[in-house]
Amino acid sequence: MSQEKSHISSYQSHVFVLLALLALTAISVAVTTLELGRLDTLVAMLIAATKAAIVLVWFMHLKFDNKLYAIFTVLVLVVFLLVLYVTFFDYSYR
Amino acid sequence: MEKNAEHTHVHRDDEGDKLGMWLFIFTELLLFGMLFLIYAVYRYRNPVAFQLGGEEVDVFIGTLNTVLLLVSSATVAMSISAIQKGLKKHALVFLGITLLIALVFLVNKYFEWGAKIEYGFYPGGEALLELGHGTILFFGLYYVMTGIHALHILIGIGLFIYVFQQIRADKIHSTDYIWLENTGLYWHLVDIIWIFLFPLFYLIH
Repeated sequence: MSQEKSHISSYQSHVFVLLALLALTAISVAVTTLELGRLDTLVAMLIAATKAAIVLVWFMHLKFDNKLYAIFTVLVLVVFLLVLYVTFFDYSYR
Repeated sequence: MEKNAEHTHVHRDDEGDKLGMWLFIFTELLLFGMLFLIYAVYRYRNPVAFQLGGEEVDVFIGTLNTVLLLVSSATVAMSISAIQKGLKKHALVFLGITLLIALVFLVNKYFEWGAKIEYGFYPGGEALLELGHGTILFFGLYYVMTGIHALHILIGIGLFIYVFQQIRADKIHSTDYIWLENTGLYWHLVDIIWIFLFPLFYLIH
């Protein structure tokens, strides 16, 4: 990538991404103190997934790099979710 | 990438290097993914014990370490931006900050684990063995998952030191920075794993 037209992110854009991640962390901590019960886990996981997506897309440059990386990443995620689904399908009917 | 070979004499394939890094990252995601799966199943089968276990964990240190890792992810990304622009000094400063944060993370981990081990909350520890099966599972997973993660931080520190020296020696510069880029990718992976470990062990009660 070094030699070709590679996208250079500005310092500012990294700071914006960081602020978004910190804000989501604060929300996540605040929400769990509300004691929402079962909803707690769901909200915490959704926020974590959003944060991970932000890191992947901006910090890890999936947005600007070869689309192959993004496609592979989604495939790995799909494999993981399938395994999770199959495992719980099994445990739920025991 | 034959174009590279023409320009530099030395054979270089940055895109190939990066693809290799990504493939490694995918194996890492699956490694931790399976640990998350084990966690999910045990939590499903021992909901109360996991709830109680979560209350024993230090939320403050967990939150602090989350903030630290997020900041360090930003600084390593900024270090890459700096090297792309040819700003060697900036790159070194940002990388130095990242290295420092990684060290602080481990120091926090030392205090966090140390306090638990002191109370006998470690695998095979007396205080832990008195509690139920589910709590033992929770703390077993806690030590294994945060432990493997800490090992990754340690490897990251080694990488940062190597890359720092390479930048100083001008071996990594504005037209050849794949080492820094791949180290950055690795560090973001470590960050992503923590992003999931944090709510699972520290937040959800």
